[in-house]
Amino acid sequence: MSTNNWPLWEVFIRSKNGLQHRHVGSLHASDATTAVENARDVYTRRMEGTSIWVVRSEDITASDPQFKSEFFDPAESKIYRHPTFFELPDEVKHM
Amino acid sequence: MNEQELRVKFDQRIADEEKIEPNDWMPDDYRKTLIRQISQHAHSEIVGMLPEGNWITRAPSLKRKAILLAKVQDEAGHGLYLYSAAETMGIDRDTMYDELHSGKAKYSSIFNYPTLTWADMGTIGWLVDGAAIMNQVPLCRTSYGPYARAMVRVCKEESFHQRQGYDILLTLCKGSEAQKNMAQDALNRWWWPSLMMFGPPDAESTHTQQSMEWKIKRFSNDELRQRFVDMTVPQAELLGIKIPDADLKWNAEKNHYDFGPIDWDEFWQVVKGNGPCNQERLSARVDAWNNGAWVREAAMSYAAKKMNQPTPQPQN
Repeated sequence: MSTNNWPLWEVFIRSKNGLQHRHVGSLHASDATTAVENARDVYTRRMEGTSIWVVRSEDITASDPQFKSEFFDPAESKIYRHPTFFELPDEVKHM
Repeated sequence: MNEQELRVKFDQRIADEEKIEPNDWMPDDYRKTLIRQISQHAHSEIVGMLPEGNWITRAPSLKRKAILLAKVQDEAGHGLYLYSAAETMGIDRDTMYDELHSGKAKYSSIFNYPTLTWADMGTIGWLVDGAAIMNQVPLCRTSYGPYARAMVRVCKEESFHQRQGYDILLTLCKGSEAQKNMAQDALNRWWWPSLMMFGPPDAESTHTQQSMEWKIKRFSNDELRQRFVDMTVPQAELLGIKIPDADLKWNAEKNHYDFGPIDWDEFWQVVKGNGPCNQERLSARVDAWNNGAWVREAAMSYAAKKMNQPTPQPQN
């Protein structure tokens, strides 16, 4: 058995100035600095990024897909959160 | 929900073209099939660097060398995207490496053929990467989300590989008689193994039907092979070199090219480890891994040492 105990990192890239960082994939690296350098080589070989974040995969907490409906349903009935819920007389302008 | 209900719900999601994500429930066989397929795919990218690595130092010009180097770097990248996608299914990287190094896992048999001349670099790009693209484009729509997303990245980068190969051959075919013969010789050696890359005929393919039902695969081996032949014949004509198949001819009725029988005995021999370079490829890979052990260990010791140091405080 080989012993590659390099931790797993999730990689986020800002593709250009003004946009948010987006998850692009993951990689193994011994520490955060090498994770950033490896992410540059693995995920930005064609100028895909201007900034990189890496996060230890084990530090991410995710919602449980098994309880997806229970978790997200409460928002479903609150249609008044959308502006189109309110009907306005045609005379109302600029709203 | 019991297993039966979960399975019904899963099948429905597949039918509705929903992507399956890592933490979603999935049948064990779906998981096993994908781990096998994605890890084999990753291994193929990694081993696929070896036949070309041979030519990086022998490229005919600095331009060709830089391009070949970039192509091989892409293949390392593709292997890494794919290993990560496989890991989301719960297999760890070490296990996959061990399976490759012990010979338990397969990789594409095409890489067990030798690269004898510079024209082989052109032919690999044109035919081997061409066949890979034909296989990979439908995988961008495969039902497992992380695999599909990895394939989108791979496909975006892969078309450069095919074009650079064709470009090498265009140059050789416009060159001296010796250069053109070199291109022809490479085509003679790579044509049939390239057709074998699509896998055994549909009637003998054990995984195809289930994989199509799960929408892992979208087209059968024979469909993709036919498409590849139809696409490639005019490209060979343009180069002015001849595909080594006496039975190859246009069938106006079917609107496809007919082609001769494939030597499946040769295919199975190479799959079983008896190809011209199986041992060489695997031992090159195992040596690279073993010789890098001290680097991996040193990097971990350095990381541990840094962790134990007090972090410097910001100045203001």
